[in-house]
Amino acid sequence: MEKPKVATASLAGCFGCHMSVLDIDERILKLVELIRFDKSPINDIKEFTGRCLVGLIEGGCCNDENVHVLRNFREHCDILISLGDCAVNGGVPAMRNGIPLRECLEEAYLNGPTVYNPKKIIPNDKEIPLCLDKVYPCHHVVKIDYFLPGCPPSADTIWETLVALLNNKPLDLPYELIKYD
Amino acid sequence: MNKDIEKIVKQVCESNGQNKTKMMNIVTSLQERLGGLSGDVMDLIAKQTKVHRVEVESIVSFYSFLSKTPKGKIVIRLCNDIVDKMQGGEAVRKAFCDELGVKIGGTTPDGNMTLEETPCIGMCDQAPAALVNDVVFTYLSTDKAREIVRELKKHGDPKKIPHRLGDGNNAHDLVRSMVHNGIRKKGPVIFSDYEAESGLKKALAMSPVEVIREVKIARLRGRGGAGFPTGMKWEFTRGAEGTQKFVICNADEGEPGTFKDRVILTEKYDLLFEGMTIGGYAIGSDTGILYLRGEYLYLKAFLEEMLEDRRKKGLLGKDILHKKGFHFDIHIQIGAGAYICGEETSLISSCEGLRGDPKTRPPFPAQKGYLGCPTTVNNVETFCCVARIMDRGATWFAEIGSKGSPSTKLLSVSGDCSGPGVYEFPFGIKVRDLLKEVGAEDVQAVLIGGPSGQIIGPSDFERTICYDDLPTGGSIVIFNQERNILEVVKEYMDFFVEESCGYCTPCRVGNVLLRNGIENIIEGKGEPKDLDYLKELGESVKVTSRCGLGQTSPNPVLTTLKNFRGVYEKLVKKDEKGFQPTFDAKRAVGDAEKVAGRASVHY
Repeated sequence: MEKPKVATASLAGCFGCHMSVLDIDERILKLVELIRFDKSPINDIKEFTGRCLVGLIEGGCCNDENVHVLRNFREHCDILISLGDCAVNGGVPAMRNGIPLRECLEEAYLNGPTVYNPKKIIPNDKEIPLCLDKVYPCHHVVKIDYFLPGCPPSADTIWETLVALLNNKPLDLPYELIKYD
Repeated sequence: MNKDIEKIVKQVCESNGQNKTKMMNIVTSLQERLGGLSGDVMDLIAKQTKVHRVEVESIVSFYSFLSKTPKGKIVIRLCNDIVDKMQGGEAVRKAFCDELGVKIGGTTPDGNMTLEETPCIGMCDQAPAALVNDVVFTYLSTDKAREIVRELKKHGDPKKIPHRLGDGNNAHDLVRSMVHNGIRKKGPVIFSDYEAESGLKKALAMSPVEVIREVKIARLRGRGGAGFPTGMKWEFTRGAEGTQKFVICNADEGEPGTFKDRVILTEKYDLLFEGMTIGGYAIGSDTGILYLRGEYLYLKAFLEEMLEDRRKKGLLGKDILHKKGFHFDIHIQIGAGAYICGEETSLISSCEGLRGDPKTRPPFPAQKGYLGCPTTVNNVETFCCVARIMDRGATWFAEIGSKGSPSTKLLSVSGDCSGPGVYEFPFGIKVRDLLKEVGAEDVQAVLIGGPSGQIIGPSDFERTICYDDLPTGGSIVIFNQERNILEVVKEYMDFFVEESCGYCTPCRVGNVLLRNGIENIIEGKGEPKDLDYLKELGESVKVTSRCGLGQTSPNPVLTTLKNFRGVYEKLVKKDEKGFQPTFDAKRAVGDAEKVAGRASVHY
């Protein structure tokens, strides 16, 4: 039987959650026996090769490209998981949500006290995705099946979750793994 | 600061004895005289009354009739209740905005006039209506709106705007209002011929305990809607420890669609004052407070005169009706525009000169109420019933109406019917019979008990109005087939979002989520599972809220989900791709497109 496929993406995140995936250490060898990574920064596969069982999403949606990628994941994955606080709640990037976008960009590129920008340019190359009016948690954009909180969720949490999912077992995380104070 | 202002603040504080429990009177009268309560003014009030500035500010920011920024000398408050909107309120709003050249919330450049919107002002039977300072204008049209503004520009005095006078005491010299009583049906209890003071005389011939027993035998239940047995409440208050006790009359009828107390206060004030006096005698209190909603300020001078009249007749004051040792007097406490103050513990907070925050129960007001003393808070109509019970006897009273709900109930009927107004019906009347009586045809839905009550459809029209089936504080609003029932729900949720005091999270946040959920469904972004979510959310808000507001505010959503399921189901559809229909990528990227000057390659 063909191994189930797992895809991952980092949207408006810091790649910390992906680092946490790598933190499963040598268990990654066991993992690749169980699954095959599809589209993911881990293997640098850019496009989906087919339907996936699980999609892990790090980060919320801060620009139009994030939305495009997330919707693409929703269309290709049976199970979509919000991985980490930014995906679940918007996280640190969402701190800009109370400030209008133009004001935000002007503060960052023109008016901030440490800005050196003699040409007064707000970066606007056509390759740069356009920001959304605010940062949205993933479940505001598409349906999300599971939420794994944490900044980042620990490697053990991610490991236990994937193993439970792949074996079709209920997930029973010990208290230490979901305690965040 | 300006010396004159300082003098005025000092004078107002001193005339209220620099007493912090008189804070409502201080701030309302300064708001009226100064047009706003700036930081300096609040500082001065705080100094005068020996409280912290933040305590003053918490009041100023709470009540909608008070403001930190100066308002115009004339404040036009346009009622934005759904019934007003159904009668052309939107066009009237536009006419006001246009003629004044300002938006809602704005003040004219000369600083003279401010235009605001306000929830139900108790004039649904003569909508659209507005308050210009304390003067009520009813049956507004676009022409009348323009005329009002033009007149105000000429002489600046709302009282001088020519208008016909209403019937009965609305034409009294101290009222001179265009409000109509609109009494459509008189019943045997409230609106019947009655020999003044006969109830009080008979009560004073009994012992206080006997009076309470009589009220209990009559099985009188609170007319505000909740239906708590009045006799029991009085017994608790009488039995509670404390030498000083209080009788408070809740005349803060803020439930949208209710206006029956307005009519009692105008025409049957004697019956009310008599009932309060009997209440004082029964529980052993010498002080009564009539908490009058700010919207009914136009009745205050009149009611004070009537109280003075009773003092002259020996019906208030010392040794009432020569009964040795029975002293009782009533004063009026005016509110400042807060729906929550209709909730009894909030009302008590407001009387004490605080924000109208609800208090935690227990202790109940009967044990620890106004200023920590045992207090009974009863509805206007309840006190009137008491006076009639004393006069005619408990048996007479209990025989009218239905089994579990004795006597009659005043119903304020408005909306789509030919006879809006106040009706006195015995409890137990079927909704269908009521609708026939008020001339309502082609009815889609009836709101019973205001937005905190229930919205029912034709399949429930055989049900009866009484405490055991469809209880109501008196608000009945009728919607015909042309009305969009979900828009009605949304309007009422807007109202609760606005009026939540914000103290507890379920009510502050939950009502916003409910409102947004309804909005999404109206806009076609709803999915079938949203209906279950709204039900679950609504039930959580009800169970977890701190006071009656949040415990009933989800009702417009919950009762329509039950009674108008089909309307919802037609509007929701499942999104097959798993995207959230509520997320609009095009809109979300709009700001950035403007800033960058290029279109999104994705959306």
